[in-house]
Amino acid sequence: MAVERFPVEASHILMFARAVDDPNPIYADAAYAAGTAVGSVIAPPTFAQASAQFDANYALRPKHGSTWFGSAKSASALMDKPAEAASQKSGGAGGNAAGLLHAEQHFEYHRHVRPGDVLSATTKPGKTWEKEGKKGGKLMFAEAVTEYRDQNGELVITATGVSVITSRPAEQG
Amino acid sequence: MTLKASTLTVGDVHEEVVFENLTRTQIVMYAGASGDYNPVHTDNEFVTKIAGYPGVFAHGMLSMGLTGKMLTNYVGDGTLTKYGVRFVKQVWPGDSLTAKATVSAIRQDGPQHLVDLDIVTTNQNGEAVITGTATARIDP
Repeated sequence: MAVERFPVEASHILMFARAVDDPNPIYADAAYAAGTAVGSVIAPPTFAQASAQFDANYALRPKHGSTWFGSAKSASALMDKPAEAASQKSGGAGGNAAGLLHAEQHFEYHRHVRPGDVLSATTKPGKTWEKEGKKGGKLMFAEAVTEYRDQNGELVITATGVSVITSRPAEQG
Repeated sequence: MTLKASTLTVGDVHEEVVFENLTRTQIVMYAGASGDYNPVHTDNEFVTKIAGYPGVFAHGMLSMGLTGKMLTNYVGDGTLTKYGVRFVKQVWPGDSLTAKATVSAIRQDGPQHLVDLDIVTTNQNGEAVITGTATARIDP
């Protein structure tokens, strides 16, 4: 993932806080926040993940001009347009996306982001390893380390994600 | 509201119910805010017929976000320096989640006092869905 410009906006923080069911006014009320030690609205701890909104190539967002792999008339819209599906580089991405699960996520906060920050993010591959699944099948783990920097080039958040590729739907409890 | 090293003890516990009876709409809200529109989280047709799951399930990051609410309620706003989790079990519509932090260490890094926490979030059956750790700045 590479994100050139991730403008942090108050309305996005508000929506994100609602999405994680957090009514804390530090995420929504600038007047309240001004009177706290923090001094301004900040973003919730996992907000950096919403940088996906600003990743032009993010695979898990429908894009103008390409057929989405989620359902439409058929269980996957790609089935309704097989010719387009075949010509898409991500043809059959449905299966891949479903088999790619988020295994771990780690954040290191150098400071907490605020409305008005303009972040950029660069991601480098980290470690990779393999494990045998509990019910057979190989699990392949891969780490990705993303550095979020602010408008002054200062490192704000280091995020390490681990994804796992499963050869079948993940084990359900 | 910042925690104080002088009043904390290793083994102290803070626990909160962070969501009761998870709705599909809450998962949709998370998809919209985060930008992760993977249909396995919101699209029953796709997830059952193509991906092969019994139904939609929550983003791991939604569980991490809900758990983060418990953390910041405990340690205060803007004090977290680290927060990391493993997603150990899927979370389904109808699940109720309880997040718990346990003080594992109280320490100093130079002049800065810090608390280390072990985190576990469990579903209504007492099964862990998330395990992790966090570190926050605290007052002396």
